[in-house]
Amino acid sequence: MRFLVALLLLAIAACAREEAPSSPVFHEEGYPATLSEWRLMSVEAGTLSLAPGVTPYDLATPLFTDYALKLRTITLPAGESAVYDDNDVFDMPVGTIISKTFYYPMTDAEWTGDVVVGPSPTVENGSMPLAGLRLVETRLLVHRADGWVAIPYRWNDEQTEAVLHRTGAAIPMTLHRPDGREEAFAYVMPNQNQCAGCHATNNTTRAIMPIGLKTRHLNKPSSFIPGFNQLDWLLTAGLLAGVPADASAAPKNVDWTDETAHLDLRARAYLDANCAHCHSDVGPADTSGLDLRPDVPFGPKYGACKTPVAAGGGSGGRPFDIVPGEPENSIFVYRMATTKPGDMMPELGRSTTHEEGVALIADWIRSMEGACG
Amino acid sequence: MTIYLRAALLSALALAGCGRKEQTRTAPADASYQDGLMTQLIDAKPGDVIEIPEGRFSFDRSLSLAVDGVTIRGAGMDKTVLSFKDQIAGAEGLLVTASDFTIEDLAIEDTKGDALKVNEGENIVIRRVRTEWTGEPKTENGAYGIYPVQTKNVLLESNVAIGASDAGIYVGQSQNVVVRYNRAEKNVAGIEIENTFDADVYENVATDNTGGILVFNMPNLSQPGARTRVFNNDVTANNRKNFGHPGTPVATIPAGSGVVINSNDQVEIFDNDIKDNKTANVIIASVYSSGLSQDGMSDDFDGYPEGIYVYANRMGGGGKNPDGLDLQALKIAKFGPMGAIPDVLWDGFVDPAKQVDGATPAALRVCVDNEGADVVNVDAPNKFKNPEMVTEAVRCSLEMLPAVTLANGLGE
Repeated sequence: MRFLVALLLLAIAACAREEAPSSPVFHEEGYPATLSEWRLMSVEAGTLSLAPGVTPYDLATPLFTDYALKLRTITLPAGESAVYDDNDVFDMPVGTIISKTFYYPMTDAEWTGDVVVGPSPTVENGSMPLAGLRLVETRLLVHRADGWVAIPYRWNDEQTEAVLHRTGAAIPMTLHRPDGREEAFAYVMPNQNQCAGCHATNNTTRAIMPIGLKTRHLNKPSSFIPGFNQLDWLLTAGLLAGVPADASAAPKNVDWTDETAHLDLRARAYLDANCAHCHSDVGPADTSGLDLRPDVPFGPKYGACKTPVAAGGGSGGRPFDIVPGEPENSIFVYRMATTKPGDMMPELGRSTTHEEGVALIADWIRSMEGACG
Repeated sequence: MTIYLRAALLSALALAGCGRKEQTRTAPADASYQDGLMTQLIDAKPGDVIEIPEGRFSFDRSLSLAVDGVTIRGAGMDKTVLSFKDQIAGAEGLLVTASDFTIEDLAIEDTKGDALKVNEGENIVIRRVRTEWTGEPKTENGAYGIYPVQTKNVLLESNVAIGASDAGIYVGQSQNVVVRYNRAEKNVAGIEIENTFDADVYENVATDNTGGILVFNMPNLSQPGARTRVFNNDVTANNRKNFGHPGTPVATIPAGSGVVINSNDQVEIFDNDIKDNKTANVIIASVYSSGLSQDGMSDDFDGYPEGIYVYANRMGGGGKNPDGLDLQALKIAKFGPMGAIPDVLWDGFVDPAKQVDGATPAALRVCVDNEGADVVNVDAPNKFKNPEMVTEAVRCSLEMLPAVTLANGLGE
């Protein structure tokens, strides 16, 4: 079954590559002025459509970006696959294009800058009706011969095209929270250098790397192909090689919102997705001594009774990163909740407080036993 | 000539007419420059020199540079001013993640977080840069002014750092560093060398900070530090009330600290003018008396200052009004209401594991051989119960450290 489907898909992919004018185009150099030059997606008659060969995926627990919804896709060169790894980002061939489109549900039919938290409309059968949605930006990660390159595009007011926008932007919006509270904020589109703030996950080599395409983020039921585990589907579609026979035994982050999952696993999944790209043993935040990769045992390195080093105001006047049982005395909770640019975590990509995420981490800390001296 | 004179006279008159307020008012910052400079930083190639003209430029988001071999040059620290007063995003003013980097002749003002951070890189030169939080120093100011961390071969010279709520000039987890000719004032810590190997700190002025010059080791970091020489500096009247963020290490620094060594090893303090620091001119301490929690400290962390050598400094006028109840009580009990804490205060902690026949091995001692300076061991291990004068007991000498030599022609 897997084999037949794969064969069929490969055949389709091969045809698409040769014939369909809408198939993706890999640009080996430069920064094309518009997103459409990549032919990954197009907008017509109020519907966003993915080109053939552009595969959507999602993550068990994603990075929070001011409640923006995200449509992620991966596009591999025809006939090639990424190589599975238990822990690291998949090894993807030159020619791979990863896209992430940030969008919001609006309060009104027309764009007023007012956006709401979820629900999560997304792609079905390669297309997404845009009624009630506002596309903000699409960020590409492109694997070229000399490495990955990040290229940001900003959607125009007409919502028909995204245009290269390398210097970032602060876009005024108003967030409408589920309980009716309204909050003005600036959605900050990072500049091209700041892409490296998260994606240069090794601060020594400084190579730009994808972050989400890891086993533990993708090992979940597919949101796009009912009945498939996402890893199995990527294997079946010929996009991923080397997946173990039993994907369910592979590393796996839980969905941070899944209240049936253990609190510890939910918190770790959240901290992984939101912090560990910097807070690792080689990331830009290794200067802090705080390492939030999911395999780091709970202890000072993971924040337990750890004193701040260079946090400045980020300490919030609190003594330790995590004080077991006391979220109100834990720096984690302060830095996640504050929106002061010099104090907050993550440093980039957030202007609002992820109240539900803060509540999760606070609950997790509250559930701990012990104390700091 | 006559015309010039007349013009000068006229403008002088005009200025006088405007009154004092007009003279100190700064021109409004120009926000339109932001995108242009960001584009230059994004498109920079090795070897590029990015020149920023005279003027005040306003930024609402952080700047960042990730390309090796770039120089950023302004027209002078009082002429080219990058103002972040209106910053809404970003933890720094300028974040550099690159090697072979030089920045000179400009100012970075009022950033929400750190002013200038260089995170990992080699051959870093920061010169004639001013980082400042304007107005009266306050806790809400950003943490660090000039902040290279995990860097190698670093020259910081002729900079001015004002108003940081942590350290004006902070070198962390680095190697081979020269810090010279700088001025640090109105910060919590003026100049701080932390978890760094081989640093020479000389001919700087640190005044009106809470603590003047700090040489620290902190636990749980990528490397400890050792071998710092602090010499020919002017460390006078660092008596500013501590306005650091509670919970941060510098928040534990008593106001009136001149030179402070904490947990670091092989530190040489000589030929400095260290005067009028009201807690003590020199403090030698371990992490165990620093007020920092030892909880969560990695087991391999060595929190004892060892191989400390203080000599030939010109000290005086310090210790008259120490900050903190313990030291206040100690001063009064031991030296009387009109007395003073001696020039050198040592907390008295020694590593029990390293004692040989009840004594600290010679190379690990605290040695103070400084004419005119007395030393008090405040007996911190016993909660200050039996402070004693140890001037003669610690009169010894240690092998001197070699000078730091910067590689690749830096500073020549």
